[in-house]
Parts: sequence; C-alpha cells; structure tokens
Amino acid sequence: MIALLRYLIGNARLAGGLLLLGGLIAFSAIGLVVYDTELAYPLSAPIAREPSAAHPFGTDASGRDLLAVMIAGTLLTMKVGLIAGALGVGIGAVLGFVAATYGGWVDRIISGTVDVLLTVPGLLVLIVLASSIPGDLDTTDMALVIAALAWREPARQIRAQALVLREANYIRMSRLSGAGNLSVIFADMMPNLLPYLGASLVAAVSGAVLSSVGLEALGLGSRSEPTLGMTIYWMMLEGAFIRGLWWWVLEPIVVLVVLFVGLYLLSSGLDEFANPRLRTAS
Amino acid sequence: MILSRLLRRLPMLLAVVVTAATLNFALPKLAPKNPVETKLLEMAEQGGSLTDISGLIRSYEERFGLDQPVIVQYFSYLKGLATFDLGYSLAFYPTRVADLILKALPWTIGLLLTSTLIAFVIGLLFGALIAWNRAPRLARVIAPGVMALAALPYYLLGLALTYVFAFIWQIFPLGGGYSLMALPSWSWAFALDVFYHSLLPALSIVLASIGTWALTTRGLMVTVQGEDYMVYAEANGLSERRRFLHYGLRNVMLPQVTALALHLGHIAAGAVLVERVFNYPGVGMLLFRAIEQSDYFVIYGVVYIVVLMIAIAMLIVDLIYPLLDPRIRAEARQ
Repeated sequence: MIALLRYLIGNARLAGGLLLLGGLIAFSAIGLVVYDTELAYPLSAPIAREPSAAHPFGTDASGRDLLAVMIAGTLLTMKVGLIAGALGVGIGAVLGFVAATYGGWVDRIISGTVDVLLTVPGLLVLIVLASSIPGDLDTTDMALVIAALAWREPARQIRAQALVLREANYIRMSRLSGAGNLSVIFADMMPNLLPYLGASLVAAVSGAVLSSVGLEALGLGSRSEPTLGMTIYWMMLEGAFIRGLWWWVLEPIVVLVVLFVGLYLLSSGLDEFANPRLRTAS
Repeated sequence: MILSRLLRRLPMLLAVVVTAATLNFALPKLAPKNPVETKLLEMAEQGGSLTDISGLIRSYEERFGLDQPVIVQYFSYLKGLATFDLGYSLAFYPTRVADLILKALPWTIGLLLTSTLIAFVIGLLFGALIAWNRAPRLARVIAPGVMALAALPYYLLGLALTYVFAFIWQIFPLGGGYSLMALPSWSWAFALDVFYHSLLPALSIVLASIGTWALTTRGLMVTVQGEDYMVYAEANGLSERRRFLHYGLRNVMLPQVTALALHLGHIAAGAVLVERVFNYPGVGMLLFRAIEQSDYFVIYGVVYIVVLMIAIAMLIVDLIYPLLDPRIRAEARQ
C-alpha cells in the first residue's frame, strides 16, 4: 500500500487520472443511490429552469433534470467506452498475437488490413456505419458499432510488442521444448504483456468514449437514452446558447472535460508504468 | 526521384480510397433494411408535395443497375466515383451531391489548412523549447496546461470558447461563416467578416492540437539533445539559437512531418464536429445536415471525398519530405 502510494507520487499523471476518474465515478455512483435518475427523461421536470433547490443542476428545454442526466449519462457513456474498448483490445490482441507468432502470409494479411484501415479516418467510417443502421441505436449498439474499428490500434501495438517478445530467450526455450503457437501465446506471451494489455485497454476505452460522444453529438446516438454526447446534441439542436440557458451548456462541458482529461492522464500514466523506457524521456 | 516515391505510395493510396468506397457501397447493403430504399419509399409515400420522386428512384435504379448482379453493381459504382459522379441529394433532389460538396469544400480547406499549419509550427517550437535545457520559465509553467488541452476533442474546446467569448463576453459571433446581413462578394469588408467568423473555430483547433504536437516534440527533442553532434556543435562554440534551430529543431521536424501526414484523418474528423458547433458552412456542417435528413448520398459522398482528400494530402506530404531531408536526396542521387 505504501509502495503504491509512493509510486503514485512519482507518477503524477497516473495519480491525477485516478483522482479525476475516481471523483467522476463516485459522483455518479453516489448520485445513483441518493438521486432519482428517472428524472433524466423528457417531461419529468419543469422546462428550462435555472439551478434551484428542487433541481440543483437545472432542467433542459425538454424537461429533463440535468443532475439526473449527468449521473445517468456518465454511467452510460462509460459503459459504451468499456464495452467497445474491451472488445477492441480483445479482437486486437488475438489478431496481434496471431500475426506475430504465425508470421508469413497470415501476418501480411493482418498487418496490411490494419495499415489500410488505420489510414481511413475512423470517425467518418463510423458515421457511415451508424447512419446505415435503421432505427434508434441504443448504447449497446453504439458500443458494437465503435468496436467495429476499435481493434486497429491494439492490433498494431500488440503485434509490435509480441514481435519483440518472440525473439526473447525464454520464448525460444519454450519453442525448443516443443510448445506450439497457442501455448506460446497464452502461457508465455500473455502473462508478460499483461501490464501492456492493461495500458492499451485504457487507451482503447478512452478512444471509444471519444468516438461515441462525437457520434452522439452529431445526432447518431440513442434518442431515448440520456448519454453525455446526446446531451451535447440536444443542447446545440435546441439553441441553448441563443436562449441563454447557460447551465445546460456548462454542465456537460465540465463533465466531459473531467472525463477526457482523466482518461488521458490515466492512459499516459499507465503507459509510463507499462513501458518503463518512456520514463527516461520525461 | 519524386516519380519513384509516387509510384511506391500510389498502391497504398488506392487501397485506402477503394476501401472507403467499398464500405460506402457495402454497408447499406449489409444493413437489415437497405436504408436508401427505406428513405426513398418514405419519400414516395409522402408523395406530391415533394419533388419528382419517380425521377429520383429511376436515377437511383439506373445508377446502381439494381437488376444486375452485385459484382457488376459494385464496379459501376466504383466507375461512378472515379468520375466524381456522387449521385443526387435526396433532400434537395435535383441538386447533385458533387455540387453541394464543391460549395462547402473551400470553407473546410481554408479553416483546416491554416489552423493545422499554425498549430503544427507553434506546437513544434513549444515542445522543443520545453525540452531545451535552458527553457524560459514561462514555457515550463504553462506546459502542463497546454498538454491537458491535447486530451480534449476540438469541438469540446470550441464549445467552451463559444461559452466564454461569444456567450458571456460576446466579442465573437456565436457561429456561421459570415454575418447574416453580409452578401458573399470579393470585397475587403466581406473577407474581414469571414476572417472574424473563422477565428473561434480556428482557435479551438489550434489550441487543442498544439498540445499533441508539443508532447511528441518534447520526447523527440530530449533524444536529439543527447546526440553527439549536439555536443560537437556546442564545443565548436555555435550560438544557442543556432544549435536550437538548425541542429535540434531541424532533426525533430522530420519524424513530425511524417506524424502530421498520419494525423490528417484525425484532424479532418475532428473538424467535422467543430463546424457543427460553430454552424460553419463547410463539409462538416453539410454532413451533419445530411445525417439529420437521412440524406444518404450526401453522407456517402462527403465521407468518400474527405477520405480522398486526406489520402492526397498524405501523398503530398510524402512527396515534399525529400525536400526537407537531404539524406533522401543524396541517396536518390547515387
């Protein structure tokens, strides 16, 4: 415990990221218990009211209580990020390990595909994908849509790491002892790359949150769920600026800034933890 | 030499563009209900008040040759794209998608080109400066703040800037490409108006991307500072300014130019949302309107054109790279 604290003091980014995200999670977890999140849906409160005792964060133009929206929205947005990020790293890890251990044409196909797809701007392809699906996308659909491209970076990075590992002596040893490809991947490589996989999971979650909020701000998200991105969408669509509803503008911005900066700090802090070579650079 | 580089890069460019085109072609077909057909049916049901729907449906069927096998449809689609035949807008029927994009493109290119270049130059200088041993104290103090901005998407920063400078202080307009009263013309007054309206959107892109460039440049500069030629330059008594600019920054610039090429997609995607926030009349706003109206041909057209532009921009960056790196020129001469 003391060692952990001492490490956190040295790695200020990790500490800062944990603090911001921990704060945000605590806010929504406590809110979930003590506040009525049913108020996050339209027509459950008076319309366009300034923050007051009854509605501490005010209400929006469709009668959603914004405190309830922030609580429910933070959780929904994190859910999308976690599902899409986990799927992305999962698929990416499989492809990366397979490409690195099997080599040859398998590797050429996988890394060729990843290279081409990485050059295509992700958000734009996701826009085509999300708009081609008829009907309302709920948060689970949104996570799946984002996962369709979220595996690209993990696949490339994990392949690169696995290629380095492949030449390590203990991997050669286990090959000489007759271990097959799968055994090398699961028994030898995976455990050694765990911190690295953790770091790339956080990076993937962070990227997925970024994409989902972006898609939602363009109106491609769920119209019946109060996510943070949809709050931005409604706020812009219904002209919160022109109508002077400052609280409706300010609150989602603040929550999203905390979320993005927190994820960014956590991600670069973990990178430093998983990739000690970076430590000398900073 | 440029020709051989071009030839080497061309297959990748083609692969990227064809992938984007293929996704545009395949995704609506893979969806459980073809969204384009659903939209057309919907419009036909609304009937009379709208424009000539039957003409639209006929042109849709002709264009995709829907009675042909899928593979024939696919190749005629690719042929159409190669000649920039992007079809018609569903929402404004007789208008061609290509015309809509052509009208919006100058706004986006103008905004993106200037803000990206400014951010790149400032970010490089700033990042190199904070890695430099004798950096000004001010640079060190503001560094963490600038880095934190890198975590934010452009549009979020755009919203925050709008809140402060257009909503509370009202020194900048809330949005738009020019004032409602102004008539587009080639006059100084109009140019000034356009410039004034572009400042906040450009600032949000610049501020958010400076951090990204500064962060990577700092890492590179730390490595460069440890090189022997830096020690040698100092031993020769070269001025600090010369060592910083000609020995440090010059070497850091090369990998960063490559990074710029790889980042273009990111920047373009981010700009789409910035244009939405500021109601800026570029392709991002066009895309947003098209999404609102389920105007599929405009959506597909914009995405295809943006992917194409990015691929071409990457190619251009790649071709000017030899101009920056004398080693590649020397290699080519041998």
